[in-house]
Amino acid sequence: MSFLSIDHLSKYFPNHSGNGTVCIFQDVTVKIDKGEFVTVIGHSGCGKSTLLNIIAGLDTPTEGGVILNRQEVTGPGLDRMVVFQNFALMPWMTVFENVALAVRSAYPTWSSQEINAHVNKYIALVGLTGAETKKPTALSGGMKQRVGLARAFSIEPKVLLLDEPFAQIDALTRGVIQEELVQMWNATRNTVFMVTHDVDEAILLSDRIMLMTNGPSARIAEIVDVTIPRPRSRETIIDDHRYYKIRNHVIHFLVRHASREREHGAGNQTESSPSDPVSINFSA
Amino acid sequence: MKITRTQHPFFISIFFLGIFLLVWHVATISPTFDPTGKTEEELLVLEFNGDIVQTDDGGYTWNPEKEKVKGVPGPMTVAEKAWIELTEAFVIKGTNDHGIAFLVGYTVSRFSVGFLAASGVAILVGILLGLNQMLFRALNPFIQILKPISPLAWMPLLLYTVKDPKWTAIMVVFMAAIWPTLATTAFGVNSLRREYLQVAAILQLSWVKRLYKVILPGAAPTIVNGLRISFGSALVAVVPAEMLLGELGVGYLSWIEWNNLDIAGVIFAILVVGTVGVLLDSGFNKLAGLVTYHE
Repeated sequence: MSFLSIDHLSKYFPNHSGNGTVCIFQDVTVKIDKGEFVTVIGHSGCGKSTLLNIIAGLDTPTEGGVILNRQEVTGPGLDRMVVFQNFALMPWMTVFENVALAVRSAYPTWSSQEINAHVNKYIALVGLTGAETKKPTALSGGMKQRVGLARAFSIEPKVLLLDEPFAQIDALTRGVIQEELVQMWNATRNTVFMVTHDVDEAILLSDRIMLMTNGPSARIAEIVDVTIPRPRSRETIIDDHRYYKIRNHVIHFLVRHASREREHGAGNQTESSPSDPVSINFSA
Repeated sequence: MKITRTQHPFFISIFFLGIFLLVWHVATISPTFDPTGKTEEELLVLEFNGDIVQTDDGGYTWNPEKEKVKGVPGPMTVAEKAWIELTEAFVIKGTNDHGIAFLVGYTVSRFSVGFLAASGVAILVGILLGLNQMLFRALNPFIQILKPISPLAWMPLLLYTVKDPKWTAIMVVFMAAIWPTLATTAFGVNSLRREYLQVAAILQLSWVKRLYKVILPGAAPTIVNGLRISFGSALVAVVPAEMLLGELGVGYLSWIEWNNLDIAGVIFAILVVGTVGVLLDSGFNKLAGLVTYHE
């Protein structure tokens, strides 16, 4: 039994006219091991964020279910923390208070000294020592998401859910924070489920990359094993001979699916007949 | 750029005030009584009517008592009246003749009780409606109908049911203050970024914590805007409520001076209403500054 199991998950929304439904994605089945870093890549609107929200318990599936550590997910909980695309920091709280809110909830029995020490440890881990009393407005996008990461890691969740965490951060800062995330993950070896548009980010961070077809009725078509050995860094990873094989494969997939959508238009049901995803492995 | 003394807005304000007072003064000067060309008989009739009075030196002058109600009083008359009222601010002369400080106190306390009660109810109900979209859509038609009703329109019904003019005045303030806060609180809570509530849900915050740590501070800027509108409409409602109910207060002062045909007193009462409004408003703004945040 795998640690996190996404089992035959389907999601339907009511369509615009109000009668009938639109299938967002169907029959998504993924098994994730403890300590694994799995990424979903797909075009906008393929339902990847909905998938992440269902795992988080913030949304409910139409069919199927999510099982974490032998227990079915029925709602949000402290064992699955989300890092949001738009940071979702409380603007009326300082950096310290934002992290402390999470720590207090996760460890209700702790004394205030223990909580302070724990909060400061994670603020230091993301390099924000000295900015504790600042409000999020006073921070750049990169710093805001560092607070988001500190908050998420501080409650030591079983699964970390990253919802396009670096999409709103400028390209140069994004690289730096990705590198920091690699180091944080190396230290904690959390189980991570990430959703992204960024192919390089996915290759740098993931053990496996799941490629999602375009919606409606999206599904996971291929699973690419990222066989590049760890520890990885942005500088050395591009020299690995597998890097561009994986990158080209993923980009080919995305471009192919973007053009297919243009040819057939949305709502093409024929190509999305459920079948098991193809496993791709570029081993040495 | 260096701001010199003459460029300070304060001096411009004083300048305009001076011009206003001067125009007011000149416009309200009444000519002195001129008896030339009037027969003895005509003068007798005028004196008999009380329009003029005979002075010690045998001449005639306009009756100062009648002057009071003829035309608009000038700034000097109003200033005199204000001086008398302010020096007697803490004097109680009779059941219905309390000093101006008492009247302001009555109005402010009446206003505060009604406004605070309305705000409390409006914020609580507003949060409920903001969190429950179905309930909001079910109750919104009623709110839309109740909102535009002038709070004074409730007065006869309130007076009939409550039977006590004191509580009726407070209820009128309550009716004036409840709707804007209710509507904006519901809107503010409803348009609170979904992620904040999602974070609260993931962190398994209790309902009380969710309310105090996330919902209230998150919606606070919108709620304060609603309170500000409520504040204005309650302030507008309290004066006529006092006039109509005869409850002691600054609105009552304005009406009783009218009944006395003391126009200077009416103008003084208007100035007092304005001053009370400014004082309450600046206190409110201080409060609003404490809870506002920027995204």
